[in-house]
Amino acid sequence: MNFPIQNEQNDSVGVSSRPVASMASTSSIARSSDELAAARSKIAVSNLDFFYGSHQALFDITLKVPENCVTALIGPSGCGKSTFLRCLNRMNDMIEETRLSGNVLLDGEDIYRPRTDVVELRKRVGMVFQKSNPFPKTIFENIAYGPKVAGTRKRAVLQEIVEHSLKQAALWDEVKDRMNKSALQLSGGQQQRLCIARALATNPAVLLMDEPASALDPAATARIEDLIFELKENYTIVIVTHNMQQAARVSDQTAFFFQGELVEAGPTNTLFTNPAKPQTEDYITGRFG
Amino acid sequence: MSLQTSNRHSRSRLLSHAFAGICLLSTLSCIAALILLLWQVFSHGIDWLTWDFIRNLPSRFPAKAGIRSALAGSLWLLGLTTVISVPIGIGAAIYLEEYANKNRWRTLVQTNIANLAGVPSIVYGILGLGLFVRFMALERSILAGALTLSLVVLPIIILASQEALRAVPPSIRSASFALGATKWQTVWHQVLPASIPGIMTGVILAIARALGEAAPLLAIGAVAYIPFAPSRLSDEFTALPIQIFNWSARPQEDFHSVAAAGIIVLLGVLICLNAIAVFVRYRASKRIRW
Repeated sequence: MNFPIQNEQNDSVGVSSRPVASMASTSSIARSSDELAAARSKIAVSNLDFFYGSHQALFDITLKVPENCVTALIGPSGCGKSTFLRCLNRMNDMIEETRLSGNVLLDGEDIYRPRTDVVELRKRVGMVFQKSNPFPKTIFENIAYGPKVAGTRKRAVLQEIVEHSLKQAALWDEVKDRMNKSALQLSGGQQQRLCIARALATNPAVLLMDEPASALDPAATARIEDLIFELKENYTIVIVTHNMQQAARVSDQTAFFFQGELVEAGPTNTLFTNPAKPQTEDYITGRFG
Repeated sequence: MSLQTSNRHSRSRLLSHAFAGICLLSTLSCIAALILLLWQVFSHGIDWLTWDFIRNLPSRFPAKAGIRSALAGSLWLLGLTTVISVPIGIGAAIYLEEYANKNRWRTLVQTNIANLAGVPSIVYGILGLGLFVRFMALERSILAGALTLSLVVLPIIILASQEALRAVPPSIRSASFALGATKWQTVWHQVLPASIPGIMTGVILAIARALGEAAPLLAIGAVAYIPFAPSRLSDEFTALPIQIFNWSARPQEDFHSVAAAGIIVLLGVLICLNAIAVFVRYRASKRIRW
């Protein structure tokens, strides 16, 4: 039984100073470049090539994702950032005729090694999709689904997980009185937070977010961004975003993808104020893309 | 540009009205044919439709002839055909939609299933005669009849179920997989419940077709005169369409009315089936909360 959710790595590493709760919604929470450099790498990708059939979508990507930090993947449409994200929990396995070479290490373990338990991997690496996709079931059933398929049967335990997850996703107060109502009756922003809560319910260490706020209005987007700030205390987050202001606001590290290649990755402050590559500068200043 | 109606415009407006009129006429002729048919059947048969008619076994006297053995035979066939064809049909649909790789082999199977759905049922009857009656030595039993009817309806059930499974948005599957669910859990907990209403519609349509089939049963040698209600899988049987066909082919006028009464019973069973389908759909779609 892996509940209550408490990420043990968070305590064992201790490199990231844990800010007090009152600071949680201010931007000063962004990790400094020293902290980034000192953070243990949760995911280490090296020399990753990825193919859809004969079309190569990713070229020789090497990137470290530091623990308890937010890593933003930016770049124009079709640059491979979503493909890269989906390599991290092997969601690309679902697509026929895809091929991959290189290494993806999660806590030092190669997730593409033969005999990897993909189901176990996806419990440790949760995912939130671009378009909120709640199951056509009750709010409770949505959140409880992950623990249930993992074998949790006791109603009381499930109830505890559901409540905890919804509280983490800042949705509990809005839905606690209608747990047996359809999840599809929630608003768009609520549905996306429900999907985040659902991903948290399996107690993952890493959370992958594929443009989680692109379909939401500014107020709902702000709530999701606040949530990301709070969640990084316990989770390692990788977020794909089209919105450069969003990347600048929420992330500690930013990686710029262009035409399947990783052009540049570094601390968000540095990348946005002093990019090393001219392509990066062109993109972030809006000269293309 | 003048707003005055030109000749060209008034002609196209006339054409438009004419087309609507033709479509209305088509609809009305359908309804008229249906009403005529029902009126014909009811006016002939309603007087003969008594409790005794339901309870009696067939007889050579119209007044004593009943439909009990045919009704029982049809219900047996219906139940057995459902039990045999529904699990196999839905299973095949799940395999083709959720598991099979999209390769040439799958395309071949898919094309064949689509073609099989259009094969005349008498052909299945001949297959049933060779395979079940002779080769498997099931004789002219209810089991042989149900197996033959299962062949007839399987392609319909598979195609309808595939359609229903395809209608479940892929994002639901992605969400389930991303939460660490296995393929089996995803299909069982998410995809199947969401597609049950669609699958049920296909199943009921297929079963209703099985209820009305006489040709394949005649081909395997089912006869009309069965002076007992079947009680075992190995019993000989008759079915409603066969009995109705037999009665209507007799020279005596009264038997034609008996046949009409039989048709009313057949229609009654069909309406019951459809009512069950509507109910099941309603219940299933209430559990899905779109």
